[in-house]
Amino acid sequence: MVKDLSVSLCGLRLRNPVIPASGTFGFGLELADSMDLNVLGGISLKGTTREARFGNPTPRIAECTAGLINSVGLQNPGIEALVSDKAPALRRIYGGVIIANISGYSVEEYAFNCARADACPAIDILEVNVSCPNVHGGGMAFGTDPQSAAAVTKAVKAVTRKPVFIKLSPNVTDIVSIARACEDAGADGITLINTLLGMRIDIKKRKPVIANKMGGFSGPAVFPLALRMVYQVAHACRIPVMGCGGVARAEDVLEMMMAGATAVQVGAENLRNPTACPEIIGALPALMERLGIDSLQEIIGIVA
Amino acid sequence: MEKRIFTIESNEPVARDTFRLVLRTDAPVAICSGQFVDIAVPGYYLRRPISVSDVLPDGVILYYKVVGEGTLVMSGMVPGDTLELLLPLGAGFHPEKCVSDALLVGGGLGAAPLFLLAKELLAAGKKVTAVLGFKRADEICLAEEYRALGVPVHIATLDGSAGTKGFVTDAIATAQPVFDRFYTCGPLLMMKAVCTTLDAPGEASMEERMGCGAGFCYGCTLQTQSGPRRVCADGPVFDKEEILW
Repeated sequence: MVKDLSVSLCGLRLRNPVIPASGTFGFGLELADSMDLNVLGGISLKGTTREARFGNPTPRIAECTAGLINSVGLQNPGIEALVSDKAPALRRIYGGVIIANISGYSVEEYAFNCARADACPAIDILEVNVSCPNVHGGGMAFGTDPQSAAAVTKAVKAVTRKPVFIKLSPNVTDIVSIARACEDAGADGITLINTLLGMRIDIKKRKPVIANKMGGFSGPAVFPLALRMVYQVAHACRIPVMGCGGVARAEDVLEMMMAGATAVQVGAENLRNPTACPEIIGALPALMERLGIDSLQEIIGIVA
Repeated sequence: MEKRIFTIESNEPVARDTFRLVLRTDAPVAICSGQFVDIAVPGYYLRRPISVSDVLPDGVILYYKVVGEGTLVMSGMVPGDTLELLLPLGAGFHPEKCVSDALLVGGGLGAAPLFLLAKELLAAGKKVTAVLGFKRADEICLAEEYRALGVPVHIATLDGSAGTKGFVTDAIATAQPVFDRFYTCGPLLMMKAVCTTLDAPGEASMEERMGCGAGFCYGCTLQTQSGPRRVCADGPVFDKEEILW
């Protein structure tokens, strides 16, 4: 029997639930020559700020057991380049759901960037990043407190009609209260998790491996933690969840969906295997057959 | 860029902590000097980027130094073992920009990618001189391979145990080679000295800790004269004027 991999997300149909996560897939264009992008359910673009940013000093990458730390620090060409160049260029070659990942240093900047992204027809969904651990005075500061997460949500909802997902940080004591605050402020969905703040030390040099000392840890090691948070938030909120964190195999996609995720983002795995997403998508039908699943939509949140 | 399985034909120590790895695959390999491969080492999360020293019809020859746990595991692999590589990666050297005489300046394992460049330059009818610097005599590698191509090789060692005592710049001053373009690969400070003292157009192969190795994670960005550039995809080879030392 032909397996139905499609899911419905805020009224948008995804051919399958697999989406490369923001920051692990550039603007999609970088990989256009290496794979057929159109097999992907969606693409979440590199996090974008109002002004172009160089990002953090190097080294920005530290290998870990079952994962890595990154401290890229939101290197990006700025919101104008996103809406006038990157997103339209991707749209010309890609028919799936394009997700713009928006960052900012103030509520006003988030709103400005979202208003610009709203005016870009190439963009389907806004994913508002209130959880970047790698920039000071912005990013994660907005996502670790329910009130400020709600304030950002309200401000961006006021300037766009596109679905707004708030991307949350796991570096909090109560993820559910923050997700609920975003839902109450009008968010159309939640993406979680962003990376965990981590650190490595070079014992020969007696110095941190990362130039910025700390960075965001991700990879298969964080999967159980991400899955737990997806489960908690999906059960506490009515809005859809995009599950993210340590997903590396088709089995992980099903776990995330059974925990309540409507779509599933693949992050760190792309960095060790650029064709991870197509391979995961390719493995889904046989896995569904083995487990007696005909349609992915029907397993979303099936675990009570 | 593609992912391909290679079989180890040989993996032998050739100098202090330095291994020569010959890999074969089942189809033709196309890769140019200065480009690199990204090797998945069993048990380690990220791949190891390693420059290509020579190309075989169906394989590659790499030199690597045991500097950490991943390369230590690699050094224990034996003929018949397989490795998964991403290749070809990066933007390499420009042999076509040399008019007639090229100078290659390598420091340590920097001699490896310059070897393939030497072959490309010779095939294009250019004259090639190599200046290779090492810490000490027991780290010298590839010098005989260059000489077998007919390339004059000038050695510098920091401790004077072989060739000129001192830096590659000292060996260049002694040898007085004729060149209209130079190419360098090695430690950052060595390349800085080479690029800021040699009065000719030149290219340097930069190094940085990489994430994806293929240009989409922005983990290895370098600030250059013309803005941020990814070492893995816009480089690793850059014109000397581009580099902000």
